[in-house]
Amino acid sequence: MRSDHPAPELDIDRILADRGIRIVVCCGAGGVGKTTTAAALALRAAERHGRRTVVLTIDPARRLAQSLGLTELDNTPRQVKGIDAEASGGELHAMMLDMKRTFDDVVLAHTDPAKAAEIFANPFYQAMSSTFAGTQEYMAMEKLSQLHARGEWDLIVVDTPPSRSALDFLDAPARLSRFLDGRMLRLLLAPARSGGRSMFSLVTASFGMFSRVVQKVLGAQLLTDLSGFVAALDSMFGGFRQRAEQTYRVLQARETAFLLVAVPEPDAIREAAYFAGRLSEERMPLAGLVLNRVHRTAVEVPTAEQSLAAAARLAELGGHEATVETLRAHAALAQQAARERRVARVFTDAFPQVPTAAVTAQPADVHDVDGLRTIGAAISRG
Amino acid sequence: MRASKEPGEPAAADRAGNTWPARLHVITGKGGTGKTTVAAALALALARNGRRTLLVEVEGRQGIAQLFGTDPLPYEERTIATARGGGEVRALAVDPEEALLEYLDMFYKLGAAGRALRKLGAIDFATTIAPGLRDVLLTGKVKEATTRTVNQRRVYDAVVLDAPPTGRIGPFLNVTAETARLAKVGPIKTQSEGVAALLRSPMTAVHLVTLLEEMPVQETIDAIAELGKLGIPVGRLILNATRPPLLAGMVTQAELRRGLAAVGLPTDRATIAGLHAEARDQAIRRNLEESLRADLVELGLPLVRLPLLAEGVDRAGLEVIADSLLAASS
Repeated sequence: MRSDHPAPELDIDRILADRGIRIVVCCGAGGVGKTTTAAALALRAAERHGRRTVVLTIDPARRLAQSLGLTELDNTPRQVKGIDAEASGGELHAMMLDMKRTFDDVVLAHTDPAKAAEIFANPFYQAMSSTFAGTQEYMAMEKLSQLHARGEWDLIVVDTPPSRSALDFLDAPARLSRFLDGRMLRLLLAPARSGGRSMFSLVTASFGMFSRVVQKVLGAQLLTDLSGFVAALDSMFGGFRQRAEQTYRVLQARETAFLLVAVPEPDAIREAAYFAGRLSEERMPLAGLVLNRVHRTAVEVPTAEQSLAAAARLAELGGHEATVETLRAHAALAQQAARERRVARVFTDAFPQVPTAAVTAQPADVHDVDGLRTIGAAISRG
Repeated sequence: MRASKEPGEPAAADRAGNTWPARLHVITGKGGTGKTTVAAALALALARNGRRTLLVEVEGRQGIAQLFGTDPLPYEERTIATARGGGEVRALAVDPEEALLEYLDMFYKLGAAGRALRKLGAIDFATTIAPGLRDVLLTGKVKEATTRTVNQRRVYDAVVLDAPPTGRIGPFLNVTAETARLAKVGPIKTQSEGVAALLRSPMTAVHLVTLLEEMPVQETIDAIAELGKLGIPVGRLILNATRPPLLAGMVTQAELRRGLAAVGLPTDRATIAGLHAEARDQAIRRNLEESLRADLVELGLPLVRLPLLAEGVDRAGLEVIADSLLAASS
């Protein structure tokens, strides 16, 4: 595998050991093992490199969460027991993101309790904080920024939300801040004020009609709730935008390392390539690609062709059933490995400078600390 | 979205003795299980022999265009493939903004004012501030296509929706609850009730795509429970990318050595140990798959197995999957 891989190898231990790197963001398409990768890297940083590490997971598989001691969604990091970090002096903490609670915390941090209570009771806030497409992404970044600001951690490893597109978490803060800070809200807050200006006359004419339409379609009560929500949030706009911008800058800084996670399948590779391009546009530091679930044979010889030919002859001879099956399985594995290399090459051809670590497929899923340790070691060997 | 009376004619699909009797097929599954592929193959299968189907996506991923190797789909129903035996698959990427404009236009004749609203970001605003509204618009468009008739005939024999993944399918399909919190009266409420009724009627079937891997199987089980609570029954479990087990039993190193020697292949320690280790991993994998398969069987839903296409899914591969889908008995 390694010899015909044109990409440089990813030296994950150099990244995890680097005291200058304080944030590792794992991103990629859904179902590629992001959460497991994030947890495995965090464990390795704690055990091997003695770092006080926290892993922020978004939606971990139940058994993996349990193995990290995450039995409930409580939005605060909990120390993971039973890891082997005595020698290194590191620590591993883990938390699961509670989107709604994080949003509530943001509101509380920016306003007084009475106003906060009013906001929490508003049906628009309830809808937005729990279902707004992008809220999860935004809140993941918000939580990252909180953890970062507290300065308690040497290293924060972040798992990104299982978005329809892996890019949403980059766009969401900007989108939410644009929305909260937008002309639309200002118009809604003070339509009369801007209505006096001729420049906006067309716009406000449309807007007046828009609110009439909204009123017709959605009902007057909804508009009342909406303006209540908007008015309550008004005082917090500046804070929202500032935080979103701050998080964005942290992500661009030298202290952050982005890791793309993919599997050697066309969709995941395409998504990874798209993401690599996007990170470079945003001037965000891409440290490498972790290619999970890579298949490889234990031996190069016999080749797929030799194995199939030998299996055919043994089948004729008779009395070698188990060997025939083993050779056919070996041939299938060799063919799969070759196919995966072709698929992965789409990425490495487009981004030859991005270091890559290929992680061999595990026969069973990982859901304990030992399994995470094995994965961490496999990423490190590349 | 006026409630049209059912035309007297039975669905073409039913006449053909099709085992996929619903008119609206909602395909969901964990990310990475191949739900777009399955949705496209089902749309092709149900369009065979002179029928017409619509394949819809709602997440702005342009997965259909990528699968068929075409330019990104506009918000417009257009032919994307012809089916075997004559027949047509049309595709549509529903965009919530366009759907809202279309909706407003239908009721309020907006014209140029609609474009001004878009420029202002009003549409973005409306679909952002009320996420339930967004889903009502998306599912509302799907309902409209499903029930559309021209000259008393259904335009589509079947509509296949490449739906959001299992993690979001509950809220997506549960449109009434989402909008009821926001809109207590008015056309949006009426529309969401119409969608809710369609989704819970025999016209609709929600199918779950999974792989024989732990996370997708777990999410499938969770999604069935969630949909059950919402009163939305699950049609079929579609087990994607299956392959026949290559190893019936476990080989010993001695057997391997004897076999390789008989055909003149190397029998050194490393080769024997390597092949033996591969066989052991496959056996572990096979046991895991068997236990996951048992978990799925226990759910008591019809199970459809689709073959793994080793070389990836191309147009010919979609037909292979379509064959498997049609071969599945009800």
